[in-house]
Amino acid sequence: MVYLTRKAEFSASHYYHNPDFSPEQNRQIFGKCNNPQGHGHNYMLEVTVKGDIDPDSGFVVDLKQLKEIMHREVLDAMDHRFLNKEVPEFTTRIPTTENLAIAIWQRLEPKLDNAKLHRVRVYETADLFVDFYGER
Amino acid sequence: MKAHLTRRYRFSASHRLHSGNFSCEQNRAIYGKCNNPHGHGHNYILEVTVSGQVDGRTGMVCNLIELDDAVQSEILERFDRQNLNTLLPFAGKVPTTENLCVAIYEILQPIFHAAHLERVRLEETMMNSFEYRGKENATVSS
Repeated sequence: MVYLTRKAEFSASHYYHNPDFSPEQNRQIFGKCNNPQGHGHNYMLEVTVKGDIDPDSGFVVDLKQLKEIMHREVLDAMDHRFLNKEVPEFTTRIPTTENLAIAIWQRLEPKLDNAKLHRVRVYETADLFVDFYGER
Repeated sequence: MKAHLTRRYRFSASHRLHSGNFSCEQNRAIYGKCNNPHGHGHNYILEVTVSGQVDGRTGMVCNLIELDDAVQSEILERFDRQNLNTLLPFAGKVPTTENLCVAIYEILQPIFHAAHLERVRLEETMMNSFEYRGKENATVSS
């Protein structure tokens, strides 16, 4: 089994708000991230797939295909977007880094046929990242 | 859904690697430049990984403010700009980054309850890093 990781960068804005909380609770729990005008990040995405090396190609996965899937499923939908308003997952879920990693996993996992998705890592900043391994 | 959240912090500290169990020659042979009696320092990078179910109401594994507060008050205030050899966790113990990694895990684990402490990783330099995941789960990489 070999693991392969591909990185991609995208920039997006978001804010954290739960309509079930009072304005005070929202401010208290989410702090500056509760600003309804939103704020942005340069996200760094790492997608790790795993599989056996194909004896003919020497690949775990065709990197060209993986790049295309990442672009189509994630970057086209999220790059230079306001996540709360333009990405359907976040009309009902708060676009935290945790939920972003889960949403990206859910978008990619059914589209990968050759290799198995192992981990989605999303860096919100260089000092904060979330890993999702598909665990329930 | 269970996610792992990692936060990076920085602190600077000095240390000297020297064991009372070895002769002066043995200390010099084992620890090399790190045995300099005057000590030397590093800019450490600390990674704390916590895990847990993503709370449906907040979208979070745990509130980052709670994690930052715990690391700030229990770790950074204790170790930043200090000589590690003079601190309690290293009484009778060599302040290698292995031991520092374990000490940080053991300080945080009993006081941080907002999520499961999964891993403490320390970079001593860009070239050396150490990880501790609790008993039976220690790993070192360089």
